Amino acid sequence: MSRRHTPGRSKGVNGWLLSTPALILLLLAASGPLIIVAIYSVLEKGDYSGVRWILSGEGWFRVLFEKDIFDQTISLADANLSIFWRSFKLSIATTVITFAFGLPTAWFIATRPAKSRAFWLFLITIPFWTNLLIRTFAIMEVIRNQGILNTFLMHSGLISEPIQILYTDTAVLIGMTYVYLPLMVLPLYAAIDRFDFRLIEAGYDLYASRWQVLRGVILPIIKPGIIAGSILVFIPSLGAYVTPRVLGGGKNMMIGNFIELQFGQGQNWPLGAALSTVLLLVVLVSLLVYTRASSRDNPNG
Amino acid sequence: MDKRRAFDVTTLPGFTTIAILAFILLYAPIVTLVIYSFNGGNSVNQWGGFSLQWYAVAAQNEAVQDATARSLIIAVWASVISTTVATMAALGTTRRGKFKGQTMIYVIINQPLMVPEIVTAVSLLIFFSSVKVATGYSGLGYLILAHSAFCIPFAYLPIKARLEGMDTSMETAAADLYATPWQSFRYVTLPLLLPGVIAGAMLAFIISLDNVIITEFVKSAGQDTLPTYMLGQLRRALTPEVNAISTALLALTILILTLFVFVTKKRD
Amino acid sequence: MRTILVATTALLSTTFGALAEGELNLFNWGNYTSPEMIEKFTAQTGIAVTVTDYDSNTTALTKVEAGGSGFDLVVPSANYIPVYVRKGLIAELDHSRLPNIGNIAAEWKDVPWDPGRSHSVPWQWGSVGIAVNTTVYGGDVNTSELFMDPPEELVGKINVVPEMTDVINMAIFNLGGEACTEDLELLKNVRDKMMAAKPKWLSMDYGTTDKLSSGDYAASVNWNGSTMRARINNPDIVYGYPKEGYPLFMDSVALLSDAKNVDEAYQFINFILEPENAAMISAFARYANGVAGSEEFMPEDMKTAPEIVTPAEFAAGGKFLPTCPQSAIDLYTAIWTELLK
Repeated sequence: MSRRHTPGRSKGVNGWLLSTPALILLLLAASGPLIIVAIYSVLEKGDYSGVRWILSGEGWFRVLFEKDIFDQTISLADANLSIFWRSFKLSIATTVITFAFGLPTAWFIATRPAKSRAFWLFLITIPFWTNLLIRTFAIMEVIRNQGILNTFLMHSGLISEPIQILYTDTAVLIGMTYVYLPLMVLPLYAAIDRFDFRLIEAGYDLYASRWQVLRGVILPIIKPGIIAGSILVFIPSLGAYVTPRVLGGGKNMMIGNFIELQFGQGQNWPLGAALSTVLLLVVLVSLLVYTRASSRDNPNG
Repeated sequence: MDKRRAFDVTTLPGFTTIAILAFILLYAPIVTLVIYSFNGGNSVNQWGGFSLQWYAVAAQNEAVQDATARSLIIAVWASVISTTVATMAALGTTRRGKFKGQTMIYVIINQPLMVPEIVTAVSLLIFFSSVKVATGYSGLGYLILAHSAFCIPFAYLPIKARLEGMDTSMETAAADLYATPWQSFRYVTLPLLLPGVIAGAMLAFIISLDNVIITEFVKSAGQDTLPTYMLGQLRRALTPEVNAISTALLALTILILTLFVFVTKKRD
Repeated sequence: MRTILVATTALLSTTFGALAEGELNLFNWGNYTSPEMIEKFTAQTGIAVTVTDYDSNTTALTKVEAGGSGFDLVVPSANYIPVYVRKGLIAELDHSRLPNIGNIAAEWKDVPWDPGRSHSVPWQWGSVGIAVNTTVYGGDVNTSELFMDPPEELVGKINVVPEMTDVINMAIFNLGGEACTEDLELLKNVRDKMMAAKPKWLSMDYGTTDKLSSGDYAASVNWNGSTMRARINNPDIVYGYPKEGYPLFMDSVALLSDAKNVDEAYQFINFILEPENAAMISAFARYANGVAGSEEFMPEDMKTAPEIVTPAEFAAGGKFLPTCPQSAIDLYTAIWTELLK
């Protein structure tokens, strides 16, 4: 691995140099200001919004425990935990479903003739030129009781009563799958597109079944794409806000809605800040575990 | 392709069916949306006969047109900036072997994904407000800066996925032939990397176009984008006007793409 | 690319020119400002008005408080005006610069949240009641029992708008309490009754006008203006004024302390106190305004609308929500979280 112009010991220097513009931008307009949030989480809540500059552990205390407003007993914050748990479940399900749809779709695009690939790629992104809110409303149009799906099913005689899909967790799942599908397809496509199809040929030559080829040859090679896609889908799902509110009917919160409540009508910024920090830490730890794990089996990683 | 086999090795059973199904599902709501833009009634879910009235309404509504133009301008800038810096960062952090701080770079780059928008929104509001007060500048720059930043991971991950395991032998060959790093990047790496860059830029573009909450908090006076304009309407009633705008935007997109394909074909 | 550059430069530079003569920045609820009224104002005064939208009181307050927002006028709800005043975010109005100040209708001249109208003038006001589709439910609509203990016909078909303060206070009224109460015994009942009712609700969502019109909701806790629009689409919709009590709201225009275009702002405030102009605001958003004599300029269908003109027998049930103390808000947030977990 000798490269004339990038001798080994300057790898790190170049790595940092090339990453610098991105890092500066992020520190200025994303990560840097988050320090404010971390600080707010240990302050006292202010009058009707904001914070007072007095140290307080109240925000953090309230993440895990709740003081019953009626008998003042302290117990584990069961409301917070069930909200976290629901978000986690729905996000995992969304990731799995987008993968189930995304892999065949990305594969389909990557195996089109080179000239028409761009066309199919654009076909994936075009629905996303319409705004998220409108798209969500359009999905609602399809799945609501008097909507297209139910009308169609009833006309075809498959059902006699409309199925209540809207305002259920299923509706949230459908919506999130829809919204996040391109985030899975595009990285998968980028990974599959550089795939050398002679490898599959070789796989079949070794008399492997299609399933074995998929598992033993294809999946390992496109693994970086799977991981990138999963991160892009899973993490934003955790913080999803619009979809659960519109399609889920807002009866059950996800973390995103819960945190928004604290910064909004609940007027408890320190709790909101502490909850955000917890979410940040959870994601951070899982990302770290992932990079450790992936760098172990991939020396280039 | 090998002709001995009875089937095409690039197809996998059921994949094409699922892919077609995915496309149908993606377009079903869009078709509904387009249909209702021609609604004669004033509702987004009750058909009141065919009419072009909402296009007329949208054509007269300057606020909506400004908001649409502003959304597009921000999205173009944000995708160009974020894709450029993300490509550099991806080149810097992939295929160079391990170096000190690599994990940290990785984590910082992915940070915007980890925080719910509302949190970034509130912290940016506080930070940018003090800058606005100090400098007196309150233009679109803040929105472009914020959008560029949160688009970086969306551009970075597909590019990195493309780079990972991309054969290095071509670049080594170029280097062996005394190509400068820039030459080998421009003529070898970039063409190979292009599908990843395009995927990343497209993701960044739609992510920027969709953003509501961060925009709502960062925007200054007179800086409504299409999503924040619609968020304001959400509590009251949405009219097919928004469908008309979206349909017009779709038509414009398709037109530009068709022209693009046409022009590039001619050049070939 | 070049066009984008040019367009961007144009957009970037507009804000630098904001100090030019005849500019005004209004920060208002989305879809709440009549464009015709703005056009008329610009035609009369030569002042260009930029309207920027917000979607909630808290968003508006947060942005204004952060500073540097560049707005001149804001339109907070009644219970937020005292918060703005206490934080010094809005300026005291100089009534001598408002010849039309006397046009404010008598009942809105001296309001608890802004004594003597020293800081704000009325924009629009309305109520939060219950919209019911009479083909589904034929019983008494003037009661909050409809959502606190839904009748058989409405189970699984009623929506509740996700407005914490309005909904919880309506529930408190339902159980005989006062707005902003911190009576724990009563609040416990409020929580229990709402928790028992929640499984019978279809959803907690906005966008009620459309879904009421189309029949997706058979009933909804809803605003009066929105119900009127739904009723115009679907004559089966009626608006109920809960006799146990229901919240009223009034959004008022206030001048920000850091406003740059103060003269223009005064001209605007004076302009909207003109009955004819106030009627234009109402005609657009379908809520009543607080300006005496504006009725005669109102569209015909609003003069008699049962949603806008509160029947005398139900008028007493309407209560403005005061600014609840932070301790009460904390209790309500806890109940709300429990409800939505």
